Amino acid sequence: MKRKIWLNVLLAVLVAGLFFTVSCAKKEVVSDAGTVKQASAAKSADDADAKAKADAAAKEAAAAAAKLAAAKKAFENEDVHFDYDSSDLTAAAKTLLKDKVAWLTANASAGVNIEGHCDERGTTEYNLALGERRATAVKAYLVDLGIAAARMNTISFGEEKPMDKGKTELAYAMNRRAHFVVK
Amino acid sequence: MMKKIILQGFYCFLFMVCFEIPVCNGVTYINIGSPLLKKAPVAVPDFKALSGSAEEVKHGKTAVQILSEALNFTGYLKTMDPVAFLANPAQSGIQLSEINFRDWKGIGADYLITGGVLSESPGNIKFELRFFDSINSKLLVGKVYTGSESQIRKMMHMFCSEIAFILTGKYGVFGTEIAFVSTVDGNKEIITCDFDGQNIKQITFHKSITLSPSWSSDGKWLAYVSYAKGKPDIYIKNLQENRGAIVDFKGMNISPDWMPGQQKLAAALSFSGDQEIYLLTINGEVIKRLTDSLGIDVSPKFSPDGQKIAFTSKRAGTPQIFIQDIDSGSVKRLTFNGLNNTSPAWSPDGKKIAYVGIEKNNIDIFVMSIDSGVPVQLTADSGDNEDPVWSPDGSMLAFTSTREGGVPRIFVMNASGTDQRRLLNMSGKQTQPDWSISDSTREGM
Repeated sequence: MKRKIWLNVLLAVLVAGLFFTVSCAKKEVVSDAGTVKQASAAKSADDADAKAKADAAAKEAAAAAAKLAAAKKAFENEDVHFDYDSSDLTAAAKTLLKDKVAWLTANASAGVNIEGHCDERGTTEYNLALGERRATAVKAYLVDLGIAAARMNTISFGEEKPMDKGKTELAYAMNRRAHFVVK
Repeated sequence: MMKKIILQGFYCFLFMVCFEIPVCNGVTYINIGSPLLKKAPVAVPDFKALSGSAEEVKHGKTAVQILSEALNFTGYLKTMDPVAFLANPAQSGIQLSEINFRDWKGIGADYLITGGVLSESPGNIKFELRFFDSINSKLLVGKVYTGSESQIRKMMHMFCSEIAFILTGKYGVFGTEIAFVSTVDGNKEIITCDFDGQNIKQITFHKSITLSPSWSSDGKWLAYVSYAKGKPDIYIKNLQENRGAIVDFKGMNISPDWMPGQQKLAAALSFSGDQEIYLLTINGEVIKRLTDSLGIDVSPKFSPDGQKIAFTSKRAGTPQIFIQDIDSGSVKRLTFNGLNNTSPAWSPDGKKIAYVGIEKNNIDIFVMSIDSGVPVQLTADSGDNEDPVWSPDGSMLAFTSTREGGVPRIFVMNASGTDQRRLLNMSGKQTQPDWSISDSTREGM
């Protein structure tokens, strides 16, 4: 019994969340939310029709949410890469960071952790220091581009968390990175 | 766990008694720093059961085994195969007057150890040990130890320390410990073991990333780095009592090293926005900033006299090792060969720095005399070799190597680079050894 109540509460929260997400989303999505409202207003109208419309709206809302989630995922998963023993930002790194600025601007309430990582060459302690410099270099560049410093936290993992455990140049290049995690 | 160790220490103090068998001496026989050092053969025949009991024979065998393993661990002695022995002191006698040294010289034994075992009262064993120079038919050191069965290892190691002192002028490594990092269930934790890889103990249980252990000179404290609170902070931990401090300034707090004989540490902190090396109190308060250069400054290691630090800095564009005088602040660059030299370790005599050099993806250990500045490569063609640390007597180095199956393990070698061998067998990956200075065979002496 208790479980059922919880389930209902959970559902209510989820549905409310859905509407909230929808209302926050882009313009075209907002007009869809209007359709949903109209549908719920026309109580006397055909129930089946209303249901179909609601389903469609929910589907679109879910698609929009998925799109947002995908954008967030891309933001987190696209790492900034570095040259060997360097914390200088390459041209490619700067291009990528401009994309990150777009996301950070669109999601102005989001805070992020910027993790600095290294390849396994070099000693543990030196790589901790190098990883920190990579993370702070990224943060400094984003601050220059107008992102508030307070939204960004830096942390170095040195060589402790390699993406690729291989011993190839490609693996090393993959591991020399700054990685974003949305808080 | 802690209680047990303290209790054992107490028993040692109470029951382990040591007498000297008088000798006169004053010569140092072996120069452990010499790269041309050859291992001297030492004969360790069966001990004599002084009252003839089977228990004494058993304890004698245990003692001979421990003694032989410990002597073979050194870079300067090797025990001989008993098959070659022509005499049996367990029968003919263990004292100077009872030994025919021609029997030992004849088979090439430079040194001879004889021992007698007496089971005095239940659980109380007395060992009478003598170390002879068989070439000169001379008693070099004699000792009598009394203790329990569980203290046989300690008693034998105490005698090894005496032998080391006679031969090298230093008490050796027999009462020292090594702290290191090992993965435990996928997390890096701090572990300690005896000098020979025995007595493995897990010290931290942070279930996080834990790194860079550093012993205080008295062996009572360990400083290390852990991400237990989400970012790299320095933990200063008393090993006997449940107390300590955490250095958790903004940014990273890494690479602690204890100032010799002092309750102070050096460490790299980045709270100012730049990584610099600071001098800290045992409570983690900043005493003063030591380095002042933009960019990476990390891995301080004190000189044995505590007056200088060696450290890694990128101030010259590539990571290189520098030496700084603590009081005057004057800095000198040590390494000039290669583009990546890190992880310095100061030799106990203050004359050399061991470090890691990387060239063409080969990661190897080098040692350099501070005066000459000439690097000598100690490892080659054997995986990645990192984290060198000196034994407190300067005779050996411990380090990390991936030479066995690509997995990092703790290895040891003689200071000249010979006899490279794995220290211990345990699962997981082991890195970052630190060798204690304090010596449990010398406590209360």
